Amino acid sequence: MNLKFGVVVFPGSNCDHDAYYSLRKVLNYDVEFLWHKDKELKQSSVILLPGGFSYGDYLRTGAIARFSPIMNSVVDFANNGGIVIGICNGFQILLEAGLLPGVMIRNNSLKFACKDVYLSIENRETIFSAKISSDKKALKIPIAHGEGNYFADDQLLEELKSNNQIVFRYADADGNISDKNNPNGSKLNIAGIVNKQGNVFGMMPHPERACDPVLGRTDGTYIFKSIANYILN
Amino acid sequence: MFKAKVLIKRRPSILDPQGVAVEKGALHLGINNIKNTRIGKLIEFDVDLNDRGAAEKEVNDYCSKLLSNPIMEDFEFTLSEIIVSGEDVK
Repeated sequence: MNLKFGVVVFPGSNCDHDAYYSLRKVLNYDVEFLWHKDKELKQSSVILLPGGFSYGDYLRTGAIARFSPIMNSVVDFANNGGIVIGICNGFQILLEAGLLPGVMIRNNSLKFACKDVYLSIENRETIFSAKISSDKKALKIPIAHGEGNYFADDQLLEELKSNNQIVFRYADADGNISDKNNPNGSKLNIAGIVNKQGNVFGMMPHPERACDPVLGRTDGTYIFKSIANYILN
Repeated sequence: MFKAKVLIKRRPSILDPQGVAVEKGALHLGINNIKNTRIGKLIEFDVDLNDRGAAEKEVNDYCSKLLSNPIMEDFEFTLSEIIVSGEDVK
């Protein structure tokens, strides 16, 4: 299969160009923007829903973006096994669209959280995490969100655990999980999950902001390299 | 034509960080006897239908598919008939 990322642009997306830059200029992958009013996925083999404030976060984060014409195509693509990654607002959109379980509520601090965090790697066997080098105890990737407090009821949390759907949890630099390292109040420190089938992934931290070495952090590349490796092999 | 008023409330089992913070503000003001502050949404709109049953169905669709997220929110609504003046009066 050809490797080609399609980055969806919603009104209010603001990490679409960061994603494009990291994929094209840093990692040298084929990438194209997909306009929210279009339906055509332009032969993309991976769909990326970027961060931002789609539709001004009106009503609820991601609530209106999920009804964009392009999202019908993205949902069909995902239901047919296509690979979809949602970052930050993209994660929120995947939750609203029902492609991932749970909801996102306001950070328990009520503050917009914008800083580097460490993520423990809970599942190294997903399409999105398989190429993380085994000596890495945690990934250093920045967050930037006001509503990243992942909520699911106890039954769903048990399901996520037993299906190995939790990929990343907020942790310290050694990968230890504690409340102290939870930046937003997320249940179980959840920072990123996959669906049961393993082809749809959402994470609140921004891997596209941790690719270019000039920015001083490159752990985000592991995620995109994992996806590329899966498609190319 | 009906006027719809929709009330959207966060489910009781889900923490409302906004409500908690606002309640702390009350304490700072010396308003000390407030408990369980929960912040929801009130949404108003008109429904351009004449049959009440059809209007209820329309509002129900709007609420369950877009205005609320059933995982974390409950909704309730009222419909009141709008009396249009002049020739349109029924």
